[in-house]
Amino acid sequence: MIDNKLIELVNITKRYGGSTVIDDLNLYIRENEFLTLLGPSGCGKTTTLRIIGGFESPDEGKVLFDGKDITKLPPNERQLNTVFQKYALFTHMTIADNIAFGLKIKKKSKQYIKDKIKYALKLVNLDGYENRMPDSLSGGQQQRIAIARAIVNEPKVLLLDEPLGALDLKLRQDMQYELIRLKNELGITFVYVTHDQEEALTMSDTIMVMNQGYIQQIGSPEDIYNEPENAFVADFIGESNILSATMVKDRLVNILGVNFICVDEGFGQDTPVDVVIRPEDIDLVDPKDGYLTGRVTSLIFKGVHYEMEVMAGGFEWLVHSTDMAPVGTEVGIRVDPFDIQIMHKPASEDEAAPVQEPESW
Amino acid sequence: MKKKNTVLLSTPYGLWILGFTVIPLLMILYYGLTGRDGALTFENIVLIATEENLKALWLSIRLSLLSTLLCLVIAYPLAMILRNTKFQSNRFMVMLFIMPMWMNSLLRIIAWQNILERKGVLNTLLELLHLPALNIINTPAAIVLGMVYDFLPFMILPLYNTLVKIDENVINAAHDLGANNFYTFTKIIFPLSIPGVISGITMVFVPSLTTFVISDILGGSKVLLIGNIIEQQFQKLNNWHSGSGLSLVLMIFVLISMALVGKYDKGERSAGVW
Amino acid sequence: MVNFRRFLQKFYLGLVFLFLYAPILVLIVLSFNSSKSRSKWGGFTTKWYSSMFANDTIMLALKDTLLIAVLSAFLATVLGTVAAIAINHMRKVPRTIMLGITNIPMLNAEIVTGISLMLLFLALDFNLGFFTVLLSHIAFNVPYVILSVMPKLAQTNQSTYEAALDLGATPLRAFFSIVLPDIFPGVISGFLLAFTLSLDDFVITHFTRGATVNTLSTLIYSETRKGIKPEMYALSTLLFGGVLVLLVLVNRLGKKSESKDGRKF
Repeated sequence: MIDNKLIELVNITKRYGGSTVIDDLNLYIRENEFLTLLGPSGCGKTTTLRIIGGFESPDEGKVLFDGKDITKLPPNERQLNTVFQKYALFTHMTIADNIAFGLKIKKKSKQYIKDKIKYALKLVNLDGYENRMPDSLSGGQQQRIAIARAIVNEPKVLLLDEPLGALDLKLRQDMQYELIRLKNELGITFVYVTHDQEEALTMSDTIMVMNQGYIQQIGSPEDIYNEPENAFVADFIGESNILSATMVKDRLVNILGVNFICVDEGFGQDTPVDVVIRPEDIDLVDPKDGYLTGRVTSLIFKGVHYEMEVMAGGFEWLVHSTDMAPVGTEVGIRVDPFDIQIMHKPASEDEAAPVQEPESW
Repeated sequence: MKKKNTVLLSTPYGLWILGFTVIPLLMILYYGLTGRDGALTFENIVLIATEENLKALWLSIRLSLLSTLLCLVIAYPLAMILRNTKFQSNRFMVMLFIMPMWMNSLLRIIAWQNILERKGVLNTLLELLHLPALNIINTPAAIVLGMVYDFLPFMILPLYNTLVKIDENVINAAHDLGANNFYTFTKIIFPLSIPGVISGITMVFVPSLTTFVISDILGGSKVLLIGNIIEQQFQKLNNWHSGSGLSLVLMIFVLISMALVGKYDKGERSAGVW
Repeated sequence: MVNFRRFLQKFYLGLVFLFLYAPILVLIVLSFNSSKSRSKWGGFTTKWYSSMFANDTIMLALKDTLLIAVLSAFLATVLGTVAAIAINHMRKVPRTIMLGITNIPMLNAEIVTGISLMLLFLALDFNLGFFTVLLSHIAFNVPYVILSVMPKLAQTNQSTYEAALDLGATPLRAFFSIVLPDIFPGVISGFLLAFTLSLDDFVITHFTRGATVNTLSTLIYSETRKGIKPEMYALSTLLFGGVLVLLVLVNRLGKKSESKDGRKF
């Protein structure tokens, strides 16, 4: 991967009416990266994408593309293309005309356009659909056409705004693999917006988690999942047990009155912190071997694993395990030191989302 | 059981349209194709070929085409502006342009007579500004103005309705693919608004073609349209046969115009005009 | 640049607005003109607003206009709603035929519709008058009701009706408690549309009224040559003002219910 900043957002702020949708956001996107903007609806991720695409202009800040300021450049003059939510196909045109739209504007030759259409349709596995109308296609097929329409223009960056949101689960999973394949074949940068954490974890090189207009964390899928920086990220990415705890000293945290050995340092002594423990990182052992003891209160078979709830130390622990313990079983809870993720407590309720600069990765 | 219900439900309306739509039209056909003695004749149809009637028909066609075109030219930018601007309440803004229809339409046309008269409101204003007087009352120009005035809301409404339905992202997609505003309009926005253009055209053209009220009030008795001729056959001359014959001819023109327009309409009757 | 464009747009809206409202302004001004002549300003007066109540011709025409509008709109709404439900259940071919015939009065020239109904009434030896006008108004109103109700029916979930039957409701009860509330917005807008169309109609009334009954429109038409009585301007101004107030109220209410859904516009 070339470490080249292709797109840079500098101090971007965007307000609608009185509310600030994006607050002083800084971000860079490297060439050939698959970057996912992840967050709940209204977190500012789509607005960020639309600012990159040129459909919104920021109230403050700059957008740089290859080092050049493109903040004021209209979308039709930007070297990037967008795949829109709900596809936004031109329903009055054939598939071929849809795909040819951008090429005709660039005054490409007829033969070139024809070849490109054929190539693009082949790429999205829809050979022979040239003369169909968009309405006659299924949602998944329309989605592929929307992608084909964008990529024939050979953009340096492809922006995708929740492109799989309208598809059903199975199709969504298939399309995820298709998108990864496409990205590898085309070798271009993808900026992808979604609220689906699984989608983000599956496809991305880098994930940026957003909430309330702030970046919560930027990092690789593994970083985000294994070492969430705050309770919001931990809660949003996957299931987790989030507990209030006290950092006794370096490498020792007191959870529910019991001291656990951990690997974190530098929080000071007797500092209140949040602790995240993933359900699959909890080992259920014989009561006498556990740090905490409790009783299984519910048991559900989930296919790959069992999902159990264990009442221990006054907290309901969510546990995923391939071994099962029937409801009512007395169990002990153990957690390995590196599976305990310590996080600073947010300064206040309102500031559950502190500003995080991208230097963290 | 279900089928029986449907039959039961549809019977009253079936009888109604038979009695109040189908049979009345057949009556026009009957009177139009018979003479006072009841014998079959094409006399009443051929009546259209007299110089006076032909002139009226030709004038009707020309004036209604012109008024339809003017309505389209005035209403399209208006509908685009209404679509693209965020007002406090867009629905209310649209309402403002429809609301004049709640003042009696005859009175509003009469008010135009007032405005356009030789010593009317307009000329008084022009005189104050030391501009030359405008004498268009009792001319075809006044009639066209009346038609545009009366039927403009019928053009604004369907246009606005189709334009607001165009997904903003479709327009964004065109820009995204490199299209400038003009190209986006000609290749995307206008083609997608065709159903609205079509229903607007029919809703303005047919009433313009067939009006006799507007020409009566704003044209004095100097300008006769085909509507005036037919109205006179019934109300002044009491000749149902010739009146029906001319009505048939008018209906044929309405049908032809609708068929022409319908060719560009892909079966999508936009029902939600209101 | 952007501001100049905004200004141009506002200017254009204003221009069309002026065009549409100029005659209404003229009518309102005339309703306060103490001179009977419509081209001379004789000073401000409100006398026409009181004298119109003493004018029997106008009052009778107003009464008949409103009566015909309410009755025809109501009957057309009942007939049209039942018809829409029936059509909605039909197979494709009869459905197309029914809808095709339904469209005729809307697409056809008003003058032809008026004449055809007149010929029908005369052939049946009906005396042209209140009753024939009422029937004619129902005839041209029904299609608009059907047009308003059909889209709502299409959105209605057939299984809610079946669920009501499943829970023991009779078809009639299921209709009134389940289907009707669902399509009610369409029924109401159909009624309002029919009411306003009937109120404003001139052409069809002109041909089917005979000499015994006058609506406001036909009264105005008969006065065009002799000169409109100023009371008529006063009455129309009042009616228009009434509609205006009603619309603003409806808009306020609509806004409230919209904001309840959490929508911004």
